[in-house]
Amino acid sequence: MTDQPLNRRGFLARAASLGLTTALVTTLAPRLAFAEWNKAAFEGKTPADALKSLGVADAKESADIQILASDIAENGAVVPVQAVSKIPGTTQISVLIEKNPSPLAAVFEIGPDMLPDVTTRVKMGQTSNVVVLVQAGGKHFTATKEIKVTLGGCGG
Amino acid sequence: MTAHPRAGLATLLLVAAVSAGVARAESDATIEGIEKYREALRDGNPAELFEAQGEELWKKPAGPKSVSLETCDLGMGPGVVAGAYAHLPRYFADTDKVQDAESRILTCMATLQGVDVKKYVDARWTSPEKDELVALATYVSGQSKGVKVAASATHPKERAMFDLGKRMFYFQGGPHDFSCATCHGQEGARIRLQDLPNIPTQKGAAAGWTSWPAYRVSSGQMWSMQWRLADCFRQQRFPEPIYGSDVTVALSMFMAATANGATMDTPGIKR
Amino acid sequence: MGNPMKIRATAKDGVTEVKVLMSHEMETGFRKDSSGNPIPAWFIAEVTAKLDGKDVMKAQWGPSISKNPYLSFKIKGGAAGGKVAITWVDSKGDSRTDQATIA
Repeated sequence: MTDQPLNRRGFLARAASLGLTTALVTTLAPRLAFAEWNKAAFEGKTPADALKSLGVADAKESADIQILASDIAENGAVVPVQAVSKIPGTTQISVLIEKNPSPLAAVFEIGPDMLPDVTTRVKMGQTSNVVVLVQAGGKHFTATKEIKVTLGGCGG
Repeated sequence: MTAHPRAGLATLLLVAAVSAGVARAESDATIEGIEKYREALRDGNPAELFEAQGEELWKKPAGPKSVSLETCDLGMGPGVVAGAYAHLPRYFADTDKVQDAESRILTCMATLQGVDVKKYVDARWTSPEKDELVALATYVSGQSKGVKVAASATHPKERAMFDLGKRMFYFQGGPHDFSCATCHGQEGARIRLQDLPNIPTQKGAAAGWTSWPAYRVSSGQMWSMQWRLADCFRQQRFPEPIYGSDVTVALSMFMAATANGATMDTPGIKR
Repeated sequence: MGNPMKIRATAKDGVTEVKVLMSHEMETGFRKDSSGNPIPAWFIAEVTAKLDGKDVMKAQWGPSISKNPYLSFKIKGGAAGGKVAITWVDSKGDSRTDQATIA
């Protein structure tokens, strides 16, 4: 989104062409299944707690999971992480920050219409391993990457 | 210890030399890593959220007169927002003052909308009033993205503002005997991993001027140039300048006119 | 209900790439205010995406996701003119839905 317009008309034309819209469809929102939120997993204090609550008994390391992120983050408040799984039949991708007070950051359900490739941005209190957990064919796989943080992101 | 003291010293020096080399290699890798990190943030700058809020505020009727800011004259004629930020600060005949985008927005709020702007000037940073002003400045600056900076500094009052800004830039004072130039008056200086632009040069002025307003990832806040300057004053242990006051506009005039010819890249994203 | 999201969706070679910026504090619950009182956790907990009305993605988030979250993902299929709708629900039960047209 760095490539922006010179003028208002250009902006509108361009916004339309990029599908960049804020067309609003508010909000008689299906108060979705917030009940589905896995409280125990997200409140787990260690990666092991979180994995247990996610129903992961055994996870194998896999070279078919890629964690695309810079080795160093200037600021732990915002650390971009892209997780890509090349494991056939991937149905879930989760991101954990080992040393955060609650390590589990996100769980993405990868439906049949999705590619197993998601990018988000996480907070990191300090330098830590980032673990990506993939569920495929009822089995679990992980990959790990250390990201150095020059300034912690949980102090405010 | 029976070893010859000279040999010991030589070894020590060698170790020191090698570890300096290692440190340099590490710092190259660090700088490369940080560049990659910054690159990853550029796509999807949360400043866009503030730009959208600013656009909504700009177009929504508000104030006692219940009119929008859409006919505001930012220096290129009433209602022209595109490219306006890149030509500011500039002299405005109706106020007989040199104004930056933010002080000009205040003028439009007062004259068009009938808003009592004192409340906005006095409000703390992060107050709802200042959030509105920052969002408006973010929107206006975004409409100059890709436009070349062209601050004229030809009107006598503009020239006077430039001179005042330059004097302020080098003015040294406060408990730490600081000036803007202490940090921003030399090549290659940095704090932690942040490069400090050498503002009296075109390149340095451009690095600063063309990248604010900016989203700050450390705080998740959107900062305007007025906020950036106020915080520079705080860091120098100077009293906080009044929002939109002459001294702030003067510093902006000095930066903008020094940056002339550079391309606006607003809103930016910063540490 | 929060401020509008920014959604950009582009279709290329049979894949629709979606990029979303959301406006949210994503408060961790670990911070304290200036009087030393804990600031309660408040964060987007669920995100769902629909392509032309059909569910395609569902995510659960915790407060480790950054303030003003950014999310990008890829959908098989989708074509220019199609619609991508994103909904979030936060830990207070607030929610918001925005929609974009695929370019």
